[in-house]
Amino acid sequence: MKMRQLEITVGAFMAAGLVALFFLAMQVSNLANITTSEGYEITARFDNIGGLKVRSPVSMAGVRIGRVVDIGYDQKSFEAVVTMLIEPDYNQIPEDTIAKIYTSGLLGEQYVGLDPGGSMESLEQGSEIMITQSALVLEEIIGQFLFSQAEENAMTQE
Amino acid sequence: MLDLLADFGRKGVEAFERLGRGHLLFLQILAGITSLLPRPGLLLTQIHSIGVRTVTIIVVSGLFVGMVLSLQGYYVLSQFAAEDSLGVMVAASLVRELGPVVTALLFAGRAGSALTAEIGLMKATEQLSGLEMMAVDPVRRILTPRFFAGFISMPLLAALFSAVGAIGGYFVGVGLLGVDEGAFWSQMQSKIDWNEDVINGVIKSLVFGVICTWIALFQGYDTVPTSAGVSRSTTRTVVHSALAVLVLDFVLTALMFGD
Repeated sequence: MKMRQLEITVGAFMAAGLVALFFLAMQVSNLANITTSEGYEITARFDNIGGLKVRSPVSMAGVRIGRVVDIGYDQKSFEAVVTMLIEPDYNQIPEDTIAKIYTSGLLGEQYVGLDPGGSMESLEQGSEIMITQSALVLEEIIGQFLFSQAEENAMTQE
Repeated sequence: MLDLLADFGRKGVEAFERLGRGHLLFLQILAGITSLLPRPGLLLTQIHSIGVRTVTIIVVSGLFVGMVLSLQGYYVLSQFAAEDSLGVMVAASLVRELGPVVTALLFAGRAGSALTAEIGLMKATEQLSGLEMMAVDPVRRILTPRFFAGFISMPLLAALFSAVGAIGGYFVGVGLLGVDEGAFWSQMQSKIDWNEDVINGVIKSLVFGVICTWIALFQGYDTVPTSAGVSRSTTRTVVHSALAVLVLDFVLTALMFGD
């Protein structure tokens, strides 16, 4: 009887530990959100990707439809090549869709946003998005702002 | 003067001898797994005394560590209007650092010291020699089951600590301080990575489990068989384990999250 009690408590302990791991997997970490690598890959070329990272979300109308799986650099055209994996359910994305890099919130992470075009053809495995808009780089915006201010001042002094 | 130098040298040689004995013992313990496999009952008893009895202190400390993290984190984050990231902060610090490290420290204090005292007393009362007289290898019969019990228990305890800590952080953050519940969990889920954070935390706790149990068993097995010797070994177990865990934690963190 003593042995049986021991077995029960040890079993309960190990079960509790595994439940805790399961909790960490499902509730704390992103394991539940990781889709298997099903779907189709599309690429897009950007002049500047800012702080985009592998695994950053790809969203359309604010809905997450895929993620960035690879970021490369094309030495010939000096552009960043971003490969995105789109979930198989979303297979009706027009061919002339525009890809932009947005920032969620003022200091949030960056993600790829797709603005649908009007074409009847859909993007499929291996197709490339032709129209892209780079990430906003804060220094450039400030630079442009200062430049236009200086220009305005020069105009008024004349 | 020369005496002083000789004294110093002898200490060094002794330290290296002890290190060598420790590693030999480690190999012997590992080799003992062949005789452990046909007798899982031995392992069961040890998991009970090493793992199950440590659960209470782990759960209670995990709960309070999580609650304090939430309280302190809220104070800092609210200054940047970033309360929504509270869940990320609590979960990341628990899963990556505090879970494995605090569990290992508590484990060394609760289970490690008990192991050393038990085995040291077995040696002092010549029970180990008695086993040898009966042609039973004390390393295989006594040390191996305890070692693997520690090895199995530690990651489970660390996972319990992290999970309970996250729940404690949730109670304080959402219940007491009024952080948005959805933001708390969803930010946590989107920022904590299973492979990068959780698995690395589990690897850490496995390493700590090996180190803490090994130190405890070696200190007990290598003790001077007197009451003063056992007491010194027990103290040494806790001190060495704590130091080893903290230093190794730095090394592991640098290796895992370095880039």
